[in-house]
Amino acid sequence: MSKNLDFVKFDKVDKSYDGKVLVVKDLNLDIAEGEFITMLGPSGSGKTTCLMMLAGFETPTNGEIYLDKNPISNIPPHKRGIGMVFQNYALFPHMTVYENLAFPLKVRKFQKDEIDKKVDKALSMVSLSGFEHRMPGQLSGGQQQRVAVARSLVFDPQLVLMDEPLGALDKNLRESMQYEIKHIHESIGVTVVYVTHDQSEALTMSNRIAVFNDGKVQQLSSPDKLYEEPVNSFVAEFIGENNTFAGQVTNMSGKACKVKLNDGTEIVANPISVKSNGDKTTVSLRPERALINTKEKMDNNFKGKIEEVIYHGDHTRVRLDLLGNKEFILKVPNSSANMDIKMGNQINVSWNSHDARALDPK
Amino acid sequence: MSSETGKILTTDGIPLEVSLKKAERKNKIKAFLLVAPLLLFLLITYIFPIGDMLMRSVDDKMVTEMLPKTYKSMEKWDGKELPPEEVFESFYLDFQKLVEEKRDGKLSTQLNYTKNGFKSILKKLRRKAKNFEEGNYKEQIMAVHQRWADVEYWRAIQRRAPAYTSQKYLKGIDMYKNEEGNIVNVEEDRRIHRILWLRTLEIAFFVTLLCFLMAYPIAHLLATLPMKYSNLLMICVLLPFWTSLLVRTASWMILLQQQGVVNDFFVMIGLVADDNRPEMMFNKTGTYVAMTQILLPFMVLPLYSVMKTISPSLMRAGKSLGGTPFIAFWKVYFPLTIPGIGAGCLLVFILAIGYYITPALVGGASGTLISNQIAYHMKSTLDWSFASAMGLMLLAGVLAIYWVYNKLVGVDNIKLG
Repeated sequence: MSKNLDFVKFDKVDKSYDGKVLVVKDLNLDIAEGEFITMLGPSGSGKTTCLMMLAGFETPTNGEIYLDKNPISNIPPHKRGIGMVFQNYALFPHMTVYENLAFPLKVRKFQKDEIDKKVDKALSMVSLSGFEHRMPGQLSGGQQQRVAVARSLVFDPQLVLMDEPLGALDKNLRESMQYEIKHIHESIGVTVVYVTHDQSEALTMSNRIAVFNDGKVQQLSSPDKLYEEPVNSFVAEFIGENNTFAGQVTNMSGKACKVKLNDGTEIVANPISVKSNGDKTTVSLRPERALINTKEKMDNNFKGKIEEVIYHGDHTRVRLDLLGNKEFILKVPNSSANMDIKMGNQINVSWNSHDARALDPK
Repeated sequence: MSSETGKILTTDGIPLEVSLKKAERKNKIKAFLLVAPLLLFLLITYIFPIGDMLMRSVDDKMVTEMLPKTYKSMEKWDGKELPPEEVFESFYLDFQKLVEEKRDGKLSTQLNYTKNGFKSILKKLRRKAKNFEEGNYKEQIMAVHQRWADVEYWRAIQRRAPAYTSQKYLKGIDMYKNEEGNIVNVEEDRRIHRILWLRTLEIAFFVTLLCFLMAYPIAHLLATLPMKYSNLLMICVLLPFWTSLLVRTASWMILLQQQGVVNDFFVMIGLVADDNRPEMMFNKTGTYVAMTQILLPFMVLPLYSVMKTISPSLMRAGKSLGGTPFIAFWKVYFPLTIPGIGAGCLLVFILAIGYYITPALVGGASGTLISNQIAYHMKSTLDWSFASAMGLMLLAGVLAIYWVYNKLVGVDNIKLG
């Protein structure tokens, strides 16, 4: 089966609410059929606006959105056939679970027995069989959430939009729901566009993630690439933890460059978005990529003073004063070899230049 | 363990219930003292007057107290033929006492209510009674006027014996107890109260309907518009509230009269001929227009408070699931506003059913309501017991409507804001 690679297509979409500020700027985004794509970004970054334009509750100020190659700007929401899960579930409080699920089928004029069958199937998919006659108010948050998911899928839409659906749940429930939604997606192969501001949620669930900031997609790639190879400092900061050094490029040499930090030391880094000598840059390094007292040969070796030690059980977080950065974080695995980590000690820290990415200055 | 001792004890061995009561007592007393002034106020201004009204509407002690001996001697009389000498004698004694105390006028008014013709024969009796000789009062009284020899008049006196009566209530629905003691309708051309009751219900119903139809879109707009516009609109809704009721009604008079603004406008745009201006005041139209305008905020506010709580994402969910805007409204939004509709309709209907000033000023003859009739009896005829009876019937009607409403919608579903 050949997959439709631009099942949903945002083509040069701009959106402004007041004619002064662009909330979404020149958005170009292709979503493949069957994909789980997440729009991730801080609040006010334009991700929910994109979702609302796709659902039909907002119209693009400029540009066009295509669904399965057809422009949809002039199609009202109820004719788009897109399932949607809302932030606070938006279950109809005056209807039972059954009636909530039957609503999209009834408006599509399905027969009674067919409705029963589909509702049954959708409820068993979210393991809520037997809850048909409860009112939404009698369900727990997690159960309401599952009803909302079931309702968005019960009429077999090709595309489902989810607007921060797990935002109101507590941590444990949120994690188990993440897996549940992921499994549902895998088993029925529906295309999902998911909006969240929680990066761990995005990393666990998605095929691809679009990081939004300031109305623009900063990076669109798979979760591992996003984490390992951020293309700019916003993405590096936003996804996961990150140690940064501000400095100036002094020596470009193909796959590596030297960066002179503000305190005068030079480090070797991987040039990503710097072009030539003299460029200002922010070097980004993941905490787990820096090792202490290692025997491996690495091209960056420095001494740092331990400022703070936080015990986390399986690992210890260590805050160092390193090369003028007092917020340098290390994650040290809990092993017998690392027993000399005490406040005030000097330790050796090393990393590969490949992992130190020289990005745009902040 | 508690099943053995029967009671749960606190650590110190005092039964838990006793201990709890002791601990809560202070709070309970405080709470009661806080509400006590209000309770007293309600008792004095609400419960007592209604109780007094109830007493007044059924009270018929006046005649009973004026003729104590007569009613005592009448106990043995079967009412078929003229009463025995004993009754005549005690009536004479009672009457003489009243004449001495100059209270015979009241008696004649009261008896005349029961049967026409008492006034003149009592007057005559008073004149002649001065010269009565002792004994054989039956002959002497019957000689005063032929009506005294008519058993009907004696029966009329007997009918006033009970200290309590339902006749005011019967009068309120155009019925009365006839001489045989049966409850019958009054003659057709004298039935005015039933028409008034029906008209009151009709006007209250249509005013409620009109208010609902107009308030629903306004409340929806109020609940969904951005803050700066909705505040302005809210002020527009509340502005009439802040204006005196009389001023508002008077301004409707200016607008609606035959030479008024609305008529002038109709003539100007050629809708009606100048010599054929429609009458929009001193009839039902005037009452409808003015009452709807005045009661509109009472519908808007409960609706608004309910609509404000309905999340806009519910309508969106309805649409995204495939419902047309109409279906999303009808199946999702509308059912959620029913508590507000219930509260608004109940409020407007109950207010409308007892409305007084507006119909009195713009209603004319065909636009007045039962409350105007009550006011008429309070101020003009001074028949307070009848006014009380009608007031209580109105109250009972309102309670009945509330009861029906509770059965249909459920009071728990009302949301007044």
